[in-house]
Amino acid sequence: MNYLPHTGAEIKEMLEVVGAESVEELFCDIPHGVRLYDDLSLPGPLSEFEIQELMQSLSRQNRPDGENGFFLGAGAYRHFIPAAVDSIISRGEFFTAYTPYQAEASQGTLQAIFEFQTAVSGLTGLDVANASLYDGASSLAEAAQMAVMAKGKKLIMVSEGVHPEYLQTLKTYLAGKDYLVEMIPLNEGLTDLDQVKDRFPEAAAVAVQNPNFFGCLEDLSAIFNVTKEKGALGIAVISDPVTLGFLRSPGESGCDVAVGEGQPLGLPMSFGGPGFGFVAARAEHTRRLPGRIVGRTADKDGRVAYCLTLQTREQHIRREKAASNICTNQALAALAATVYLSLMGPYGLRKAAELSARLAHLAAHRICDIPGFSLLFDRPFFHEFAVRCPKDPAVLNGKLRDYGIAGGLPLKRFYPAMEDAMLFTLTECNRPEEIDRLASALREITA
Amino acid sequence: MDEKTIFELSRPGTPEIQMPEHDVPEMILDEVIPEKFIAPLPPPMPEVSELDVIRHFTRLSNKNFNVDANFYPLGSCTMKYNPRVGEWASRLHGFAGLHPYAGYENSQGALKLMEELSEDLCEITGMDGFTLQPAAGAHGELTALLITRAWFKDKGEDRDIILVPDTSHGTNPASAAMAGFNIRQVKSDGYGNIDIGDLKSKLDDKVACLMLTNPSTLGLFETGIEKVESLVHKAGGLLYYDGANLNALMGKSRPGDMGFDLVHLNLHKTFATPHGGGGPGSGPVGALGPLVDYLPGDELVDEDGLTVMKPRTRSIGRVRSFYGNFGVLVKAYVYIRGLGAEGLVRASECAVLSANYLATRLKEAFDLPFKRRCMHEFVLSASRQKKLGVSAMDIAKRILDFGFHAPTVYFPLIVPEALMIEPTETENKQTMDAFCEALLAIAREVEENPEIVKSAPHNTPVSRVDEAGAARKLMLCGI
Ligand SMILES: Cc1ncc(COP(=O)(O)O)c(C=O)c1O
Repeated sequence: MNYLPHTGAEIKEMLEVVGAESVEELFCDIPHGVRLYDDLSLPGPLSEFEIQELMQSLSRQNRPDGENGFFLGAGAYRHFIPAAVDSIISRGEFFTAYTPYQAEASQGTLQAIFEFQTAVSGLTGLDVANASLYDGASSLAEAAQMAVMAKGKKLIMVSEGVHPEYLQTLKTYLAGKDYLVEMIPLNEGLTDLDQVKDRFPEAAAVAVQNPNFFGCLEDLSAIFNVTKEKGALGIAVISDPVTLGFLRSPGESGCDVAVGEGQPLGLPMSFGGPGFGFVAARAEHTRRLPGRIVGRTADKDGRVAYCLTLQTREQHIRREKAASNICTNQALAALAATVYLSLMGPYGLRKAAELSARLAHLAAHRICDIPGFSLLFDRPFFHEFAVRCPKDPAVLNGKLRDYGIAGGLPLKRFYPAMEDAMLFTLTECNRPEEIDRLASALREITA
Repeated sequence: MDEKTIFELSRPGTPEIQMPEHDVPEMILDEVIPEKFIAPLPPPMPEVSELDVIRHFTRLSNKNFNVDANFYPLGSCTMKYNPRVGEWASRLHGFAGLHPYAGYENSQGALKLMEELSEDLCEITGMDGFTLQPAAGAHGELTALLITRAWFKDKGEDRDIILVPDTSHGTNPASAAMAGFNIRQVKSDGYGNIDIGDLKSKLDDKVACLMLTNPSTLGLFETGIEKVESLVHKAGGLLYYDGANLNALMGKSRPGDMGFDLVHLNLHKTFATPHGGGGPGSGPVGALGPLVDYLPGDELVDEDGLTVMKPRTRSIGRVRSFYGNFGVLVKAYVYIRGLGAEGLVRASECAVLSANYLATRLKEAFDLPFKRRCMHEFVLSASRQKKLGVSAMDIAKRILDFGFHAPTVYFPLIVPEALMIEPTETENKQTMDAFCEALLAIAREVEENPEIVKSAPHNTPVSRVDEAGAARKLMLCGI
């Protein structure tokens, strides 16, 4: 492939203007000791035709679906995506623009971000949202820093029901600081504040995921009542915001900050990225929000206009005193979510959430009818649930593949003690027949 | 014309999107989910038809400058053409439909791609290993600084200072602070290099690392790089390469050979993946020697013809969920395979030639503070114009009227009224000539009719936006 536009004559003309004999001469400032005189050793170049063949072949070496059933979730979700989403984000006007620094040349991106912020505020039931962060996991780490700034304390308490990769990310992010991360244990699958009561006076924040990693529904209102009383920042973590089509919003449940992963809102799983992170908060925390924020204002002639605002929180102005280091975020993914939410509307989103939950309850019922299978936690759940299996879940999954079924997530990947447990996920993309096939396959495999 | 927000366009009662009518036994969710968990009403999303949505966002898109329609010489951002075949490849179902926990035996294509991309980045930079997790440049910086911290902790050395040049990007000191370090700033000399005397005076046994962009944000190669390298290493510190400007150097010089211990790259700059209006990007981090063991995430290795993930012994953990912005990695892989070694070198050569051409043509009308060969970009100063009452910002806005995106302005901070221009290798000479004519015309306007510049832009969807007003009277949410 070649995207260089110049003719030989033009190169000569430019060199003349520049006053150089050769292009090589322009690299004269690189000292000999650090010049590379060998050729790079790389495959290619390939023509676009060959690239297309190569990529087809590589992509076929992946087996993305179970053609007879798909039950994986655990932080990345296969939800329905209307075709119009990709149609909009495939517009070069959106995807080949940069961060909207020059407001007058970027009203499209800016207004779309404003609408995104509005949608995230609406979903989470909170006052303000930013223009997106990298992903759900790093968003939790950003929220933890907001808490330390807000409360002047350094203890972050995290429920064991938070996605394990979010937790690892939080710990990695905070390793440089003298902050403490402590776990809040689960009792039968639900966050148990009672066991850590005496730590509350020191806590800057309490973070709880809902539905939690095991699919169980946390009593957010009760939890955030306690954090409010104890003066800790209540952080809600949402790994599948489609659930907010049906569940009470974290804001209404009393949290101060909500963070989460936006991939389920109109983006393919794409092996885990790009999705986007979101953060929303009560108004009093506006100036502690990390990253870009768009505000509505007017132009010189009084027309409605949008621009990046509150930039004095940001790295390009505040440098080491900035609220965060984030610069580039996940803008195009946030645009996809804005288009998705507009297409789904309130009732479409509700239906998708409801259908996911109904299918999950049906599946749980059918699986637990099979001898040897039972729910790991007997708690209300939404569209994910953990099941105890009579055989090693990884072995089960291998066998399910022979039936063309992608099984759930063996939980021992993250929790060595849960060696017999598997996390199943259902969304509106599952069909009841898939559940039939899963149940009969499991029955045969374990018979 | 004002475009209402999608929320303002909402018409309650608009027929809603249909979902499949599955034959799920009519289970009443209220019976299995306690009422207190259920929202009485669905969230306040707009109620609009699909055509409403398409038309609204299409109209919004028309209010954007973008590489597809406009020359976009935004310095430090490498706004080159984004090949469509990358977009196509990232959407192949085998990639886009793949779940991150599908299991390695079902993900061989993706894992091979990531393994090969890491190897390619090693070859291009001269590093020994890469992690593909970081989602952008700043994320890569944070990753590398957390590695730096872990490294010195293991060595039992207490080093809490990061050095950054006064030309450094804001994310450098911000990332350092986030990783728990304190900052010392190093001055530039009159030649646009790091001031060696100042560097010496700031180096001691507290310094963990010097973060350097090379070519610097002035678009100049750090000619004293070998001296800088030996000073920092002698003082026991590490050297970090901010790869935002690698587009000048592919196949010409490698950070690993310059002695950098850690690097981040911006795939959304050098490797032609689109910026998406502010992301998603990708900021892989490379490391040399024993530092490779500290990278986040697993190492990808061949085992009996399969690519598998192997935990790294001293990994700092993870900086995000899953493996990175995989869809972006696909595009960068396509770009590298398509160009090959010779294509990458030619891209850098052409980027440098274009920048030098523009710099030469523009230096009559605008001050060029450092009179050297530039690399892939250069920084002009509008101080001459400022004396006539016209700022760099005014000039940036006026350029929009000519159909060109503005350069980066007021960065790097050491150049007053900075205009940072990066043409990239994919712009043809006609476009660059037209851009020069526009800037030269604006320089004349500054002398003859400054008002037209100061009140610019005149031809954009909105006129000068009241940014101060936006911060004073905050409106961040449209419902
Ligand atoms: C020199 C330099 N360093 C770092 C960054 C940060 O990269 P990102 O925006 O991908 O986080 C940039 C981006 O503009 C840059 O120009």
